[in-house]
Amino acid sequence: MGILDKHGVLERNVTLLAIFAFLVVTIGGLVQIAPLFWLENTIEDVEGMRPYTPLELAGRDIYIREGCYVCHSQMIRPMRDEVERYGHYSLAAESKYDHPFQWGSKRTGPDLARVGGRYSDEWHVDHLRDPQSVVPESVMPKYGYLENRMLEGEHIEDLLATHRMVGVPYSSEMVENAQADFKVQADPFGDTDGLLERYGDKVPVRNFDGAPGISEADALIAYLQMLGTLVDFSTFTPVASR
Amino acid sequence: MAKKKDKSQEVETTGHQWDGIEEYNNPLPRWWLWMFYACIVWGIWYVIAYPAWPMISGATEGYKGWSTRANIAADIAEAEAANAKINAKLAGTELAMIGEDPELQVYAASAGAAVFKTWCAQCHGSGAAGAKGYPNLLDNDWLWGGDIESIHTTIRHGIRSDKDDDTRYSEMPAFGELLEKEEITAVVNYVMSLSGTPQDASLVAPGAVVYADNCAACHMEDGGGDREQGAPNLKDAIWLFGGDYDTLTQTVTYSRYGVMPPWTTRLTDAEMRAVAAYVHQLGGGE
Repeated sequence: MGILDKHGVLERNVTLLAIFAFLVVTIGGLVQIAPLFWLENTIEDVEGMRPYTPLELAGRDIYIREGCYVCHSQMIRPMRDEVERYGHYSLAAESKYDHPFQWGSKRTGPDLARVGGRYSDEWHVDHLRDPQSVVPESVMPKYGYLENRMLEGEHIEDLLATHRMVGVPYSSEMVENAQADFKVQADPFGDTDGLLERYGDKVPVRNFDGAPGISEADALIAYLQMLGTLVDFSTFTPVASR
Repeated sequence: MAKKKDKSQEVETTGHQWDGIEEYNNPLPRWWLWMFYACIVWGIWYVIAYPAWPMISGATEGYKGWSTRANIAADIAEAEAANAKINAKLAGTELAMIGEDPELQVYAASAGAAVFKTWCAQCHGSGAAGAKGYPNLLDNDWLWGGDIESIHTTIRHGIRSDKDDDTRYSEMPAFGELLEKEEITAVVNYVMSLSGTPQDASLVAPGAVVYADNCAACHMEDGGGDREQGAPNLKDAIWLFGGDYDTLTQTVTYSRYGVMPPWTTRLTDAEMRAVAAYVHQLGGGE
């Protein structure tokens, strides 16, 4: 009687069956899941990535709250037509500070992974207010009210601290100065030294919605305008074997 | 229905028995078993042939060397090679001469149309008719020039972009801080008279004085505009933001202007030349 004929032993003893089932799942899990925890293996090292600034992070929260991901993906797949339309295909590293990631799988609207810098701030204001005014064939709802909802950023430190808890490398300095950084990014006349020192001097500082105060539209446009702009593909070539 | 063969003599039972019901221990069907074994063999071949096993700092590559990234790079290279000859010709031809060569003209117009629909249509409209604040590219009213060279320069460097040092730049002052309300009302009526829009005729003469002092430097004495500074022509009744009294008052009081991104970072030389040729042949090109 070979080993294969002994399945009766497992089938008759529920405890033994549970133990062996667990063993099988463990082996499968170790092989498939465990290596992903070595980030070196999963995410290649890419120059230029930085955590979101407080204002961008607030904008990202609005993006999620409004369900933008329901119609817009943020992942350019490695196919020629996608690359021609949206730009370089997305790298895993480009969403390594996203919790949760916004890859999505439904495109009623276009992919937004590299929408940053593609349109002017004024276009974004016009488009959020009334998408059909610039793209008549669009079915996107109007988001003009974002301009009227002002943000004070009173919980912004907590937001950064929460993201730090799940692995985003925010320094204590970044968390402590979150409130100041949040306000100054939308103020072209403010003292931006601290913000630029902490997040790099490529951080755009503008009055994104063109109106006084920091509105939800400011935050959302700040977020949209940086999407996909961190990695400089004129100097970076991804490893082909990844 | 044929009577079922009694197998109790040929096949063993599993030994289970529930209320007198027994279970035969039949072997699996041959065809199923062989497919099962074939799948195992295929599976072993697959993990050797393709990237499969995750290791500490990467995955096994597989002897076939398959790679998504290499595939798309090859795809793009193939498409580029197919167009390389005509793109080189496009890049090497004087912009103004593109229209003279039928082959280039057809290629530039269709390649340019694809570029336009991907990158330009969101602001200028899929038919290039523009929208409020985004210029119509079909008419013969141009802010920065409508010959193909000017269009090409605008596409390359954008307008009022903070990312390109050669961008086209000008900024109308917000006259709300410089002029009295009455002066603005007067100058708006004067500007309306330039294009024959019905206006308050009594304000035209005082408006002309305000215009000469404040506006003529850019928009010219006669209101014909200046393409060197992107100052719109005020005589042609074609308006970027609107030509009614309220809109004009707002424009003069607060000033407004659009921003266009530079495209050198996103498009190739051939693509920018193609889309310039496409826009130029839409109807308004000079």
